[in-house]
Amino acid sequence: MRLTGARILMECLRAEGVDVFFGYPGGVVLPLYNTLGEYPDIKHVLVRHEQAAAHAADGYARVAGRTGVCLATSGPGATNLVTGITTAYMDSVPMVVLTGNVARDLIGRDGFQEADITGITLPITKHNYLLMRASEIAPAVKEAFHIASTGRKGPVLVDIPKDVFVEEAEWDGYPQGVSLRGYPIMDVPRDDEVDHAAATINAAKRPIIIAGHGVVQSEAQDELIQFAERADSPVLTTLLGISGMPEDHELSYGFLGMHGHYYANMAADQADVVIGIGMRFDDRAMGRFSDFNPSAKIVHIDIDPAEIGKNFVTHAPVNGDVKETLSRLLPQIEQQTHPEWRGEIDQIMADHPTDYIEEGTGLGGPWLVKALAEYTQGQATIVTGVGQHQMWGAQYYPYTRARQWVTSGGLGTMGYEVPAAMGAQFAQQEPIWSLCGDGGFQMTSQELQTVADHNLPVRFAIFNNGFLGMVRQWQELFYEHNYHSVDLGQPDFVKLAEAYGVRGVRATTRAEAIQVFRDIEGYDGPVVIDFQLEREENVWPMVPAGAALSETIESAEEV
Amino acid sequence: MASRNTIVAHVEDRPGVLARVASLFRRRGFNIESLTVGHCEEPGLSRMTIVVDGDDHQVDQVCRQLFKLIDVVSVEDITYTPMVDRELALIKVSASNFNRREVLDVVEVFRADVVDVHADALIVQVLGDEGKVSAAEKMFEQFGILEMVRTGRVAMRRGPQTTKPPAISDSQQAAAAIRAMLGRRPEGALPFASD
Ligand SMILES: Cc1cc2nc3c(=O)[nH]c(=O)nc-3n(C[C@H](O)[C@H](O)[C@H](O)COP(=O)(O)OP(=O)(O)OC[C@H]3O[C@@H](n4cnc5c(N)ncnc54)[C@H](O)[C@@H]3O)c2cc1C
Ligand SMILES: Cc1ncc(C[n+]2csc(CCOP(=O)(O)OP(=O)(O)O)c2C)c(N)n1
Ligand SMILES: [Mg+2]
Repeated sequence: MRLTGARILMECLRAEGVDVFFGYPGGVVLPLYNTLGEYPDIKHVLVRHEQAAAHAADGYARVAGRTGVCLATSGPGATNLVTGITTAYMDSVPMVVLTGNVARDLIGRDGFQEADITGITLPITKHNYLLMRASEIAPAVKEAFHIASTGRKGPVLVDIPKDVFVEEAEWDGYPQGVSLRGYPIMDVPRDDEVDHAAATINAAKRPIIIAGHGVVQSEAQDELIQFAERADSPVLTTLLGISGMPEDHELSYGFLGMHGHYYANMAADQADVVIGIGMRFDDRAMGRFSDFNPSAKIVHIDIDPAEIGKNFVTHAPVNGDVKETLSRLLPQIEQQTHPEWRGEIDQIMADHPTDYIEEGTGLGGPWLVKALAEYTQGQATIVTGVGQHQMWGAQYYPYTRARQWVTSGGLGTMGYEVPAAMGAQFAQQEPIWSLCGDGGFQMTSQELQTVADHNLPVRFAIFNNGFLGMVRQWQELFYEHNYHSVDLGQPDFVKLAEAYGVRGVRATTRAEAIQVFRDIEGYDGPVVIDFQLEREENVWPMVPAGAALSETIESAEEV
Repeated sequence: MASRNTIVAHVEDRPGVLARVASLFRRRGFNIESLTVGHCEEPGLSRMTIVVDGDDHQVDQVCRQLFKLIDVVSVEDITYTPMVDRELALIKVSASNFNRREVLDVVEVFRADVVDVHADALIVQVLGDEGKVSAAEKMFEQFGILEMVRTGRVAMRRGPQTTKPPAISDSQQAAAAIRAMLGRRPEGALPFASD
């Protein structure tokens, strides 16, 4: 059967089981939009800015555990995606990004709205394609989904010139497989590496597990628990590993790093064997590399061979998928007990709890997250922006279910909170809670209209401190309190919400906040809540930039 | 230890592949001494010889990062295996009746060839390993080098052993082959030590 390129693309999306994608039209993708009506099973969500399309696809992917899809037109449409693509790339989120380009004979001639988007995205995609024939669409889309969703996941971009959408090619069904010689799947670890890791772990007296995003992505929560119990090893997570280990488990000791828990940082620093699982030893997690626990032996399980040994000498590298590797490792781990070691960490935890909740009636970040946790019984899916509210969300909510926590870690993209929550809401019925910064919210608040269009029950909780809080905290602590460009003017968020036809409410005290939780219970549409916070609260504990984990501080006096 | 390592990579012969490799080197801050690319024994693949400046850890990272590119089929660091490496240079040397004989003497010493003659200049072709080409270059400097081009290194293992991409469609086997190529454990000359 002969089909146009546009139809072939839609047939491919249908064959991939894509049920929703986020996009914005423009000249060169008109032939594609012209066919969308024929594919009602593939919902197209019209966003208000292409950056939001990319973040929405990303949020959807992280919550659904499937590949997110977004679409933009050539030139400015494509370049608007760049922040969203980079965000997904840094956190290895599976995404297929579709862009239109100018007609083939205009490519390379600075045609109207031509942007070299494959060139621009070379360093921020796992792979990309510029397709010059309609017959290339089906194999390329098949490859794109395969590459995006296997191994170390990531965004793949497919750029299609306008006249390729119009050109006809033979369609005889979606390709069955791919043949990518330079892309072997590295899921299964080598036996000798597994043996060596097992021996190292069995010999440990003070083991610590650091579980990362790879645990969540490989859906290996059960395997991780079994492994930790067998090794009797405390488990820390990275910021992106949060929700990979249920925090109500007795071996869970929260997350480590720049704003991680004091006891987690000390445990990582005092362990004799550090077992990194699906994490990349990022500097925000590990502190100053040269002084991170110099005497520990490092075991590192990672699907990406380039991550192994990148930042630290690795005593026992294991190149493989987390789930696959842990199930092979488990039988080789002898049942361990480390009561003394765990007792030591318990003692540090008792002496240095993360509990910075002030007495009084005013709204503080930690109090608000705890109240939210109580109200949602710890079951909500939380999406955040970047800044103080993000850190409080990580510290004070008790995550137990994988994919319950969605945040931009590697790129730290403000403005992620609104569109990512919107996209995530397409992956689940229960309301998504979006913890927003008043700064970040203003970066992408135009998406309230998209949210209203689809009557999505997202709860946008604005942690309104009237400041670019995280930057303010740094200016206070490390730049002699010299506040510059952090005191943020802002609209009336309640009125803004209402202007979009979205319910808007405000809370300025703890009592009002609790009342708000009650009032919106069961409401099936979007809500914006302006939580007016105390303005100058800081996030503790903290590892100052360039310091080691062992130098974690707990108050401004220690700076 | 800082050294010049020779990496051989096979890449799919597709548009943009050179840009991908170049982009990776730029973004990761790796220093390329030279990069040559051309056909190899297998149609559809190109062979790159990349000379990288850096310590063992950096070079190991180069190999691992290169391998992540989908269009890169194989990567191997052949620095520590016996190999033949060659480079070709064309050197336009200023030469007149007055000193042509002297120039030709140097040509002879390096077993180089004269490939173009003019009343005021000669083009000399020098073939050899980098050391030889550099030595020749130095010797010709005394006469005045008007123009020069060097190809950069190409290299091949000695003996029957080859640096061929795994001809494998089975993913598990391919993974094993790649791991063997990237086999050097990241222990040793790393910036930070854990044990
Ligand atoms: C304001 C701010 C503060 C921050 N503070 C902290 C902090 O205190 N602590 C902290 O940890 N981070 C912090 N971060 C985040 C930090 O920058 C990194 O994003 C984070 O540490 C990365 O976590 P990760 O290594 O688990 O995940 P990723 O960066 O997603 O890396 C995942 C790793 O797992 C591997 N992997 C993926 N899938 C698999 C699989 N199936 N099998 C095996 N391996 C797999 C990948 O190859 C990769 O190496 C902060 C960010 C911001 C914006
Ligand atoms: C797009 C973008 N620009 C700038 C920054 C730098 N930055 C990090 S946190 C922060 C402040 C965030 O303010 P807000 O959204 O109000 O959150 P708060 O810290 O107050 O909770 C800034 C400006 C960033 N991370 N992302
Ligand atoms: Mg703020």
